[in-house]
Amino acid sequence: MMSELLVPFSYEYMLKAMWVSALVGGVCAFLSAYLVLKGWSLMGDALAHSVVPGVAGAYILGLPFAVGAFFTGILASVGMAFVRQHSRLREDAVIGLVFTSLFALGLLLASIWPTSVSVQTIVLGNILAISDEDVVQVAIISAVSLALLLLRWKDLMIVFFDEAYARSIGLNTFLLKALFFTLLSACTVAALQTVGACLVIAMVVTPGATAYLLTDRFGRLIVISVALGAGTSFAGAYISYFLDGATGGVIVTLQTLLFLAAFLLAPKHGLLAARRRRMTIAGAAP
Amino acid sequence: MNVMAKSVGPAAADLNGLGASISVRGLAVTYASGLTAVHDASFELDPGSICALVGVNGSGKSTIFKAIMGFVKPAAGEIRLCGRPVAEAISRNIVAYVPQSEEIDWNFPVLVGDVVMMGRYGHMNFLRMPSRVDRYKVDAALERVGMSDFRNRQIGELSGGQKKRVFLARALAQEGRIILLDEPFTGVDVKTETAIISLLGELRAAGHLMLISTHNLGSVPDFCDQVVLLNRTVLAAGPTAEVFTQANLERAFGGVLRHYNLGGAQLHDDADPRHLTVLTDDERPLVIYGNDRKKMPSPPTQPDEPKKR
Ligand SMILES: Nc1ncnc2c1ncn2[C@@H]1O[C@H](COP(=O)(O)OP(=O)(O)O)[C@@H](O)[C@H]1O
Ligand SMILES: [Mg+2]
Repeated sequence: MMSELLVPFSYEYMLKAMWVSALVGGVCAFLSAYLVLKGWSLMGDALAHSVVPGVAGAYILGLPFAVGAFFTGILASVGMAFVRQHSRLREDAVIGLVFTSLFALGLLLASIWPTSVSVQTIVLGNILAISDEDVVQVAIISAVSLALLLLRWKDLMIVFFDEAYARSIGLNTFLLKALFFTLLSACTVAALQTVGACLVIAMVVTPGATAYLLTDRFGRLIVISVALGAGTSFAGAYISYFLDGATGGVIVTLQTLLFLAAFLLAPKHGLLAARRRRMTIAGAAP
Repeated sequence: MNVMAKSVGPAAADLNGLGASISVRGLAVTYASGLTAVHDASFELDPGSICALVGVNGSGKSTIFKAIMGFVKPAAGEIRLCGRPVAEAISRNIVAYVPQSEEIDWNFPVLVGDVVMMGRYGHMNFLRMPSRVDRYKVDAALERVGMSDFRNRQIGELSGGQKKRVFLARALAQEGRIILLDEPFTGVDVKTETAIISLLGELRAAGHLMLISTHNLGSVPDFCDQVVLLNRTVLAAGPTAEVFTQANLERAFGGVLRHYNLGGAQLHDDADPRHLTVLTDDERPLVIYGNDRKKMPSPPTQPDEPKKR
């Protein structure tokens, strides 16, 4: 029985899948700590879908997928900014328009040209079958992002908390925001590999949302979020060995379960704590 | 704020007090929308003084602040802070900014102490690791505004006045020679207002220059040395006694006042000038208007010069 549980650790592809998932999950969770605070959660989703044609195109042309993804990620951001400035549409409509058109283009590309990568791989991800070159790309993207975030997390916190003040102490808020969105697109690309375009949104929202219920300090929020993201991703890849595939589904399900637990049981911001407080107040009143 | 340390710390007084000045010459600001919010604005402010920036909503008060902090590029004119261009003054931490309450996300997971520590970031190294000095200055700033007991509260769990004090403490921790306060008395109770005003008085004694935008006309003559009257341009600027006159205020607020007098049933019901007389006796019009009317400019009054009609 015990040895059966250890089987995944004896396969190299499983080990690879587990630590790559954990790395990507951790970085995405880091970013989620910021995203949930700003109401920008859907940007993550939009970016993940928008880079699909870039990934498909890169595979067709035999380029590193990160190059294609990056190109379409920028295209999507510029496209959204352009449409917003030159029309009276609201932001959500613009995001919806741009990302669905790019996503459709991606599906079209991947289905017309027979390539080594199937539509299903892009949309659902397949970390268990990840190639060695892709592992290198994902590892580099994640490591660089993590390093930059660790260096600049406080500056980004001030920008997100109080942009006017950030500028008044001489921070370059434009550059910092550009850095954040570049990292976000890079990490959504990395996460495509593990959970696929459809579920990236969960990776860049759920851990941060869970941590938000558990603490009132931003530094701790990041630590909790990263631990949750990395832990669930590692465990998800591990469990998916026994369930045969569906890594993304397992990871996101785990993250959701933890969110629900926090939602109910969080010591201060949970549902039960709130109810208890109400009862205490009602009980104290004459 | 009742617990206020008496000394500012000699270093702060010496370094930050000297030559804090604001000089605005021929300033014009045009937004991307094409609207010129402020044109041809000029004024000079001296060290060791409190200056009120007074005008109706939309008169350009916040725009002037944005220009002083370099958020918007002047279409014309020049701003100098302590004799330096804006960008240089900012990078030297000369300007400390206390934002309007509406600009803050009160659900953000930061504690009171964390917010005040942000005031030290401009002084920290590349990695923003707080030193012992930074911690000491944060403690001192919290002590000064009487918020030491609240340092581990999440910022949303404070009253309006306490919130203001926290952000004032951040400005103190930053040790800017010039402190900009955008409508600091909005949504604040009288007690806190009095406490803020007395703290500003202490900072003035230490040589700081404070620029305060406000609708709260009643208390302006009490604590402001200088007044800049604004309506898209500078209508008048100078010592309070010379500038804060009935005639000038009527120029700045004229239309708006008449409007509010007519509509404001809780003031009095007739629209004739006697309104002014009635309200002249009220030193703090803000006390009269509830929170929901906080955006309403108070009628021009000069408590020490009641108008007799
Ligand atoms: N970012 C902006 N873009 C375009 N117009 C603006 C912007 N900010 C302010 N304005 C306009 O500039 C004018 C002055 O605004 P503001 O400086 O905020 O006034 P105040 O602070 O005195 O109420 C107003 O008419 C306002 O609508
Ligand atoms: Mg304003």
